[in-house]
Amino acid sequence: MSRPTDAPYEPVFTGSTREKLEALQAQYPTRQALLLPALWMVQEARGWVSDEGLAEVAAVLDLTPAYVRGVATFYTMYHLHPMGRNVIQVCTTSPCGMCGAEQVRDAFLRHTGCVELGRTSADGRFTVLESECLGACGMATPVLINDDFLESVSPETVPGILTRYA
Amino acid sequence: MGYPHPPHALETPVLSTHFGEAAARTFDGWVKRGGYEGLKKALGMTPEQIFEEVKASGLRGRGGAGFGTGLKWSFMPKEDGKPHYLVCNADESEPGTFKDREIMRWTPHALLEGCAIGCLGIRAETCYIFIRGEYTEPLRILQAALAEAYANGALGANAFGSGRRVDIIIHRGAGAYICGEETALMNALEGRRGNPRIKPPFPAQAGLFAMPTTINNVETLAAVPHIIARGAAWYAGLCKSSPKSTGTKLFSVCGHVMKPGVYEVTMGTPMRDLIFGIAGGMKPGRTLKAVIPGGSSVPILTAGEIEDLPLDYEGIQARGSLLGSGGVIVMDDTTDMVYQIWRLARFYAHESCAQCTQCREGTSWTTRILERILKGEGRPDDLDLLLDLADNMTGKTICVLSDSCATPIVSGIKKFRSEFDAYLNKTRAPVLAGAGA
Repeated sequence: MSRPTDAPYEPVFTGSTREKLEALQAQYPTRQALLLPALWMVQEARGWVSDEGLAEVAAVLDLTPAYVRGVATFYTMYHLHPMGRNVIQVCTTSPCGMCGAEQVRDAFLRHTGCVELGRTSADGRFTVLESECLGACGMATPVLINDDFLESVSPETVPGILTRYA
Repeated sequence: MGYPHPPHALETPVLSTHFGEAAARTFDGWVKRGGYEGLKKALGMTPEQIFEEVKASGLRGRGGAGFGTGLKWSFMPKEDGKPHYLVCNADESEPGTFKDREIMRWTPHALLEGCAIGCLGIRAETCYIFIRGEYTEPLRILQAALAEAYANGALGANAFGSGRRVDIIIHRGAGAYICGEETALMNALEGRRGNPRIKPPFPAQAGLFAMPTTINNVETLAAVPHIIARGAAWYAGLCKSSPKSTGTKLFSVCGHVMKPGVYEVTMGTPMRDLIFGIAGGMKPGRTLKAVIPGGSSVPILTAGEIEDLPLDYEGIQARGSLLGSGGVIVMDDTTDMVYQIWRLARFYAHESCAQCTQCREGTSWTTRILERILKGEGRPDDLDLLLDLADNMTGKTICVLSDSCATPIVSGIKKFRSEFDAYLNKTRAPVLAGAGA
């Protein structure tokens, strides 16, 4: 589960996390190939990837911060801003949209108190995002909450689902 | 409909035989179900014997392109002294497509076994499985299966005691549809932005890390152990129509059907059997309006066009569309085609990598035009403009994302023009709030 932190930046790649990263090196012929895994590791540790996080990844992988930022911004799953404690991604692409996904998205916004997509709720508990095709079109509407992949979510089931996320 | 559910009489379960059985996810459970027999057999075969067997089976790429798998493998160089790589494309992201997800969720060892055989067929020792970042559950299941396969000696420096090395590495993507394009995927794996590469060089010459590389879809690789274990002739015999389309295919059916889900049929099975037989047909009182047969990137077919349509590469192509990934999007008579085509265009505009002008500008420009039509602010020449833009977006870019955006626009205007006209001549009320609203 992703959990953002308000604490000052502490290096992520120390101790066992550094060992985990270096162990991955045996699986790739280049250092640069560790970039996506390293960004995931920062996000897992801190809930998002800050400028310091990008800089640390760059230093550890012997890349420049500008290069790392260029890659990180390409991929939608790296959060480059602080997020709510729980990140909710609702699929609204056509096949799900045809089956009511936009109503599910609106129900998440309403019940979380999020004013708009991408803006964290005032209590810091939730951020709601739209996702482009989560790849479970037959189980509309699929929703990814942190690392939990939920199927067949309807506006009616949204309040009950939210109680599971503090 | 999720698994478990019993197969429909019109299905031919091969890959899906053990979908829904949690025990099939474990190494022991998979071996009990006949698993890893194909790999053991392949460990005693030469690369030529393996790819010739796959060629003879008629297996074609299940990711969308439909290229002959054995032929693709045969393009890999011989004794060039370079490391070769197999890449498994598990970046399933084409709207309407959710079949690979079920393979990974229920039969992860089938995929690992297929990857291992693929390595042997192309003289590689390493396979990378690139799985989309959103597939958190398949990722966990695949990781557990991989650890078990190593622990049981099926993989590693001495696969099943053969003295041959086969390593499989799972690499998690981070959200980008374009990484399903093979050269974009290789860039992502190398730690770059997922921009597609100009071809040539083709991956078999210079692919991942500039080494000879073959990229295959999950479903393609998962079919390989069955072909090696049971023989090419058996697989080639699974055919109901065109002899160039053999075997079984997983179709993921979604949208307005009673029982959406993943179903496996023999190539050549009538489309009507899939939609009205297996997937339960339309909801009461509704009628079929349109079908996108192969994922959102292929031309839309009308209800009339799916009559007597065999589900195989040649049959669907003859009807003016493509089998693609087998993602079948079903739309009933309540569907607003303009709205759905706008939503698809928005998808492509969001997913454009932005390196080619026609794609970067075209996907977002067409989205804006469709948006103003839906706001009741369309201009008289908007459909001509859309078709002109679509023409400029087709066949002019490094990859086919731009073409994919143009495809539903062109087929949509051609086949459902009256729905666009209704917004333009204001006989239909706007569905999106206008600028002044």
